[in-house]
Amino acid sequence: MDPAFIVIQSLSGLASASSLFIIASGLTIVFGVTRIVNFAHGSLYMLGAYLAVTIVPMLLEVDRSLPMFLLGVLLSALIVGVIGAVMEIVLLRRIYHVPELFQLLATFGVVLIVQDLVIKLWGAVEIPGPRAPSLRHGVFIFDQRFPAYELFLIGMGLVVLGLLWLLMQKTRFGVLIRAATQDREMVGALGVNQAWLFTGTLFLGAFLAGLGGALQIPRVAVNTQMDISIITEVFVVTVIGGMGSVPGAFVAALIIGQLQAFGILIFPKITLVLVFLLMAVVLVVKPWGLFGKPDAAAGRAILPEGILSLKRFGRVDTIIAGIAIAVLLALPIVGDNYMVKVGIEVLVLALAAFSLQFLIGVGGIVSFGHAAYFGLGAYAAGLLVTRGGMAMEPALLLAPLVAGGFAALFGFFIVRLSGIYLAMLTLAFAQIVYAVCFQWVAFTGGDNGVVGVWPSAWASSRQVYYYLVLAMTLAAIIALRHAIYAPFGYGLRAARDSAIRADAIGIDVGRIRWFAFTLSGAAAGLAGGLYSFSKGSIDPTMISIPMSVDFLVMVLVGGIQTVIGPVVGAAAFHSVKDFFMPLTDFWRLFLGLSIIMMVLVFPRGIAGATSALVDRKRSVTLPAGGV
Amino acid sequence: MTEALLTVSGLSAAYGQAKVLFGVSLEARRGEVVALMGRNGAGKTTTLKAIIGMVEASAETLRFDGHDIRRLETFRIARLGLGYVPEERRIFTDLTVHENLAVGLRPARSGRAPWTLDKLYKVFPNLAEMEGRRASAMSGGEQQMLTIARTLMGNPDMVLLDEPSEGLAPVIVEQMAEAVIAMKAEGLAVLLCEQNLHFAAAVSDRAYVIEKGAIRYAGTMAELEANDEIREAYLTV
Repeated sequence: MDPAFIVIQSLSGLASASSLFIIASGLTIVFGVTRIVNFAHGSLYMLGAYLAVTIVPMLLEVDRSLPMFLLGVLLSALIVGVIGAVMEIVLLRRIYHVPELFQLLATFGVVLIVQDLVIKLWGAVEIPGPRAPSLRHGVFIFDQRFPAYELFLIGMGLVVLGLLWLLMQKTRFGVLIRAATQDREMVGALGVNQAWLFTGTLFLGAFLAGLGGALQIPRVAVNTQMDISIITEVFVVTVIGGMGSVPGAFVAALIIGQLQAFGILIFPKITLVLVFLLMAVVLVVKPWGLFGKPDAAAGRAILPEGILSLKRFGRVDTIIAGIAIAVLLALPIVGDNYMVKVGIEVLVLALAAFSLQFLIGVGGIVSFGHAAYFGLGAYAAGLLVTRGGMAMEPALLLAPLVAGGFAALFGFFIVRLSGIYLAMLTLAFAQIVYAVCFQWVAFTGGDNGVVGVWPSAWASSRQVYYYLVLAMTLAAIIALRHAIYAPFGYGLRAARDSAIRADAIGIDVGRIRWFAFTLSGAAAGLAGGLYSFSKGSIDPTMISIPMSVDFLVMVLVGGIQTVIGPVVGAAAFHSVKDFFMPLTDFWRLFLGLSIIMMVLVFPRGIAGATSALVDRKRSVTLPAGGV
Repeated sequence: MTEALLTVSGLSAAYGQAKVLFGVSLEARRGEVVALMGRNGAGKTTTLKAIIGMVEASAETLRFDGHDIRRLETFRIARLGLGYVPEERRIFTDLTVHENLAVGLRPARSGRAPWTLDKLYKVFPNLAEMEGRRASAMSGGEQQMLTIARTLMGNPDMVLLDEPSEGLAPVIVEQMAEAVIAMKAEGLAVLLCEQNLHFAAAVSDRAYVIEKGAIRYAGTMAELEANDEIREAYLTV
């Protein structure tokens, strides 16, 4: 390769690395102090960009100069900083003591809310930004033209690094941030008001996100998908660097920037995959990231309480279950086509949610990417039928096998980790699957997916297909439930509650967790396969983060401590969604607010809340005091 | 008689379902070193954490310097002048010695000469030589000194000191004893959790003995030393 080309390529890698670092440093500082992985960091970044495309042109009207441009960028970042501080005071402050899964979900609720607000305020059409005066030209490096603005970005990355270093080393606020990153409870015992420290930290983190977003406006047209696309990249950077470590974020951003710049030359289609693959490798070799330290808080179980006591079905439960099954059997006879369609969806989602609860409630393995296995099942079935010319029956058998196979592959790495790093790795693998399905257009149909995934002739009537779905989902749920009540399930719960003690009594913790992950993935794959035939098509939304979050919400609605709750949760969630979504343009806003309310008010879910009414003796105790 | 600096009565605490403290009562007056003696698991550390607000607890009385501190957050209690030195030290290992001390810095309350670095370095001469060193590169004894010094930087009126002698070489334990005596000389009250009777006896005015989450004995340190029965029952292993 021509050396000049290599220089140019690595410079453009540095420019992206700079942007990534500015954003990621904010996320990692916020995580370090508050121990919250802020999903909404991407939304803050997006807000920074939208504010900048609004503010900067107004200022450029006054005076078309670089200082005015920079002033506009700075103002946007400051406004985002204030939004971050408000978010801390209104929401985060109330969830420092709830399990991390709920924190992730609550901040994802903010993501949903911001998405709808942005569309309401700025519209769904992307907005091209103004270019920076005095930086519109190209600079010639080895006779190759390189945009001056990209060079400016590289400089900004270094300036931010320098200023952050000064802040952290030379100011009391910085020293307190570093101290709190290590032990925030002790900082409190020394008389530091954590509330203000946390608010200040969120201001700083949000400011950096906003700055990163505002600096993008000359490079990309501002759009409503910026939040999710950046947050996954930024997660990867902070996880590779070690969560809480600013130098780590810098090094990781450099690596990712170069990997993208050169990866695009070698594997133009799968740069995203390369990035997530790197993360997976780093986490396997260094489970705490490059600069991270083993940390009790980050490694602690993301969920203090899963299913504690298994109750066998009593008489009342058996009657309820019997009635439920009778209603399900009668549905195609008494209900119309629409009800049958909804019934199929509920059954499929119930199986998916149940398989996730099997991981979370029983295994303590909080998967943030369960849609991957659901989607793999759907894609396996759909592609086998459309591309492979296979019939429905073998495709439905192969769907769980394919999903289970990938779950075994990914799970091999995932179950070695714990806590928030585990959740991040599940997310990374899910994004790999998503990226492949999204980018491999020739095979998977890319964004559009594939249509024509129809059941065999005998099952082509909706009613018959309903009974097929009913039989298979019920069988799978009963089989999984059986596994929960079998010694396998007890071993899994032992491994969840104390891996060391379980190990000491002879349970092969790694293997039992791996097996559970595979089993759960296969069950989700079956659900996905059934889903694809009911829709007649496959598309990447089945693998997306929002889908994974939907599953988590179903589990949560149903109650994390109950065995059968997820089934109730799936039914409740899907019915509500099906009913409300056509009625409102603000479904995401509504869903986001609901998730936040649920985390704040009903951390045990609907089924959990009712069982608490029945069984008042057991009281849930969240960890008291600083964690 | 004026009110004691710290008054605790009916203090109960639990970790989840497991009750740990059953109505602990004790008090400490200004400038007094009070030992809280007991075996491992007797409830010493939980008592301190419950006072400072780090574990959830209920109490009939929990007063410090005239304030009801039952519902206060930990940092507010600390700001009233009640310092806490945890058993596991919990120094900020990523920070230098100087930065560790800076985190603890709070203005002195009126009527008390503030602790300065010079004054602290007189009590803990080892620290003076390693101001710029990362705390992770210190020995256990040095870390123990740093954690006490860090709390003193907050200019407290009283310090809750959790097993400062644990796991340290005899010569360092002696320095710890001198440090406690120096604190007393500055007019500080100290509530000292200990298993080491010699250490406690060398520095304390009075002693409580705790066992299974309740106070079993209260008296002067001299009386406790003389009372073989209590010592055998609650303190020897």
